[in-house]
Amino acid sequence: MIDKIADSIKEIEPSGIRRFFDIVSQRKNVISLGVGEPDFTTPWNIIEASFYSLEKGRTHYTSNYGLPELRQEISKYLKKYNLDYNEKEIIVTVGGSEGIDMALRGILNPGDEIIVPEPIFVPYKPLATMLRAKPVTIDTSKNGFKLTAEELEKHITPKTKAVILCYPNNPTGVILEKEELIAISKVIKKHKIWCITDEVYSELTYENEHFSIGEIEGMKEYTIYLNGFSKAFAMTGWRIGYLAADRKIIEQLIKLHQYAIMCAPVMSQYAALEGLKNSMPQVQKMRESYNRRRRLIVHGLREIGFTVFEPKGAMYVFPNISKTGLTAEEFAVKLLEEKNVAVVPGDAFGKEYKNYIRCSYATSIEDIKEALKRIDEFVNKK
Amino acid sequence: MEKVLELLREDARVSTKDMAIMLNISEEEVIDKMKSLEKNNIILKYTAIVNEDKLSEDKVSAFIEAKVTPEREMGFDAIAERIYKFPQVKSLYLMSGGFDFLILVEGDSLKDVAMFVSEKLSTLEYVQSIATHFLLKKYKENGINMDAEKKADNRIAVIP
Repeated sequence: MIDKIADSIKEIEPSGIRRFFDIVSQRKNVISLGVGEPDFTTPWNIIEASFYSLEKGRTHYTSNYGLPELRQEISKYLKKYNLDYNEKEIIVTVGGSEGIDMALRGILNPGDEIIVPEPIFVPYKPLATMLRAKPVTIDTSKNGFKLTAEELEKHITPKTKAVILCYPNNPTGVILEKEELIAISKVIKKHKIWCITDEVYSELTYENEHFSIGEIEGMKEYTIYLNGFSKAFAMTGWRIGYLAADRKIIEQLIKLHQYAIMCAPVMSQYAALEGLKNSMPQVQKMRESYNRRRRLIVHGLREIGFTVFEPKGAMYVFPNISKTGLTAEEFAVKLLEEKNVAVVPGDAFGKEYKNYIRCSYATSIEDIKEALKRIDEFVNKK
Repeated sequence: MEKVLELLREDARVSTKDMAIMLNISEEEVIDKMKSLEKNNIILKYTAIVNEDKLSEDKVSAFIEAKVTPEREMGFDAIAERIYKFPQVKSLYLMSGGFDFLILVEGDSLKDVAMFVSEKLSTLEYVQSIATHFLLKKYKENGINMDAEKKADNRIAVIP
């Protein structure tokens, strides 16, 4: 029966680094810089609020859109980024991932082009391909891993439907500054394309306050805003996030969510509500902790001799490993085999990035230091 | 809070070099800051948090509530000094509510603690009454969970 699987799924290429993932999963006591999630456990008050909600028998479906009190709280929270979405312009999703899927399914017709600046978090391209749309990638490495208005303009064709922005960026940690986003917004408005902005790392910026493209005058009608609780509140396993957009767009997108999902898990919704209400001090503490580890790992990688672009957000650093003469996958496999340290080969985030690896610093200081020591031994053959 | 202090409270063995990197200041600044914290008695001592339950030597601890009568020209501070100078007294707090002092006493045995309480504490002339509570188990101290074995990282090793 396998030949009767949908063509759109068969056509999706299996991830090129699957072999590496398989090797990692078979090893024990790996020091991993490969994890794309916080090392913190969810703050206790959030966990406890979820217990309480279950104890009270809050085990039923919620509104398709999500609990009204949660959407109100999200609406309030978004004001900190000068974003104006009322509770009817928000859908609570099953993690940021559902938001990505919903946004893409909501706007792409077969044959549409969608601009994907690379390197980037993995799901956008395959999901677009599944919709029979065509991802058009832009290599941002020559511009310090930033999408520029000029590059965007160059890649727009009459078929272009949307551009994806994922800043602070996974895997590079790059952020876009206000002026850069204003320039990009002009191109978006000029060509009337959608802007899907995935800002799941918005709380994790270390030098500048996060600036959202949605704040720019006139951008609301072009913007589908995605965010979630996974990174900022250390809630990855709860699968809880949200999508915000103009009311007219939400009215269409809610159909997808309503028929495919019904509603996000209720206990996670109550947990998220507690997070927004009472956990901002912990979010701040976690950010400070990541910031220290960011400086430690960047410094360490530079001492080893890598060219490291300074990440200003998220929880990753993306060093160039050309000097080793190895490809990213060779580097990752050998490092794992010889030193039991895991990193993610850069080509997981776009096939151009065979000279880069992604290291996450969401791991203990002790492990970061040990990993750096072992990478140094590995690279400099000490 | 002072950032150097914050790092030291997390791990007093962190190197000055690493602190400098993590706080994006020079190592000299870190050293100066530590010296000033020490000089001003803000940092009193660098010590270890020990899980006594794991040790073979069975120490006994008791929390003692004491009601006292502060005497003219003496006040609580002078009485407190009389009490905390005993080496058996590990901690001493002045409290609001039903009693005045909360005293943490440590000894080698139950008898040892009992002797100290009956012979030394309760005999002090300004101590009116005493209630002794022996400590059975410590769950958390100084923000550290006592029964937390080194927490295993149960995350999947590689996630994009």
